[in-house]
Amino acid sequence: MKVNVYVTLKPGVLDPQGKAIHNALEGLGFDGVSDVRAGRFIELEVADTISDADLDQMCAKLLANTVIENYRIERP
Amino acid sequence: MKTAVIVFPGSNCDRDMAVALEQVTGRAPTMVWHRDADLPDGIDFIALPGGFSYGDYLRSGAMAARSPILQAVAAAAARGVSVLGVCNGFQVLTEAQLLPGALMRNAGLNFICRSVPLIVENNSSLFTSAYQKGEEVRIPIAHHDGNFFADDATLDRLEGEGRVAFRYGEPVNGSARNIAGVLNEAGNVLGMMPHPERAIDTAHGGTDGLRLFEAALRVLA
Repeated sequence: MKVNVYVTLKPGVLDPQGKAIHNALEGLGFDGVSDVRAGRFIELEVADTISDADLDQMCAKLLANTVIENYRIERP
Repeated sequence: MKTAVIVFPGSNCDRDMAVALEQVTGRAPTMVWHRDADLPDGIDFIALPGGFSYGDYLRSGAMAARSPILQAVAAAAARGVSVLGVCNGFQVLTEAQLLPGALMRNAGLNFICRSVPLIVENNSSLFTSAYQKGEEVRIPIAHHDGNFFADDATLDRLEGEGRVAFRYGEPVNGSARNIAGVLNEAGNVLGMMPHPERAIDTAHGGTDGLRLFEAALRVLA
């Protein structure tokens, strides 16, 4: 089965890449964007029997750096 | 005095580091490959060099921090062995949670490669004892992800415990409180973005990095 993992910067952590993307959007004439924050999306193909605890550990130990990032796991 | 340099796929300052260690100790370091599980017996000093280990995949230093040799490095650090991480080596040490904080993309998004002023904040560590407290030195940087981040409580604790070893003398990359290098709680692990191994010979344009190796390796000798 496919599991989706979303890794996002914690609130309060400055995101220079998001800021650059925001500037570029404004440069293209898109007004009304008040903020942009960039993250990472990871697709995992895993056995149906995988436990939530294992998925959580994958994120905590490698996929996200919990000093600066939050993660959200989406399983079907 | 037995030293080692850990080599990851994508390390590119490992030989510079080896030259610095040999110049100061008179003995070539053991180059240890990332897949090795063990360090040489009786090791005194471990260097994690700069570079782009594993192509900076996922996050800078993230893959290297999970490689087999890092467990041995962590165990050695816990025993009190000195560990110096420079640039990518600093990123690896934070990813391995041997040092606090994280190194994010430079605030200006650019790769920065130049010599910068550094203020020696703590000269009582084994790495910095040959400098004067508050002294300004010049050491080159070359990085894309050197923007040091930690939450305010962590930053306050680092400052309160004298664990900020070096601070940039001017804003460089967006680092919190201009922090350029930090020590672990025990003081035997130092991570820094600037490259002291690139400032050990007058031909480099400066020798301010030499005293770091002389201090660390002489204290250990």
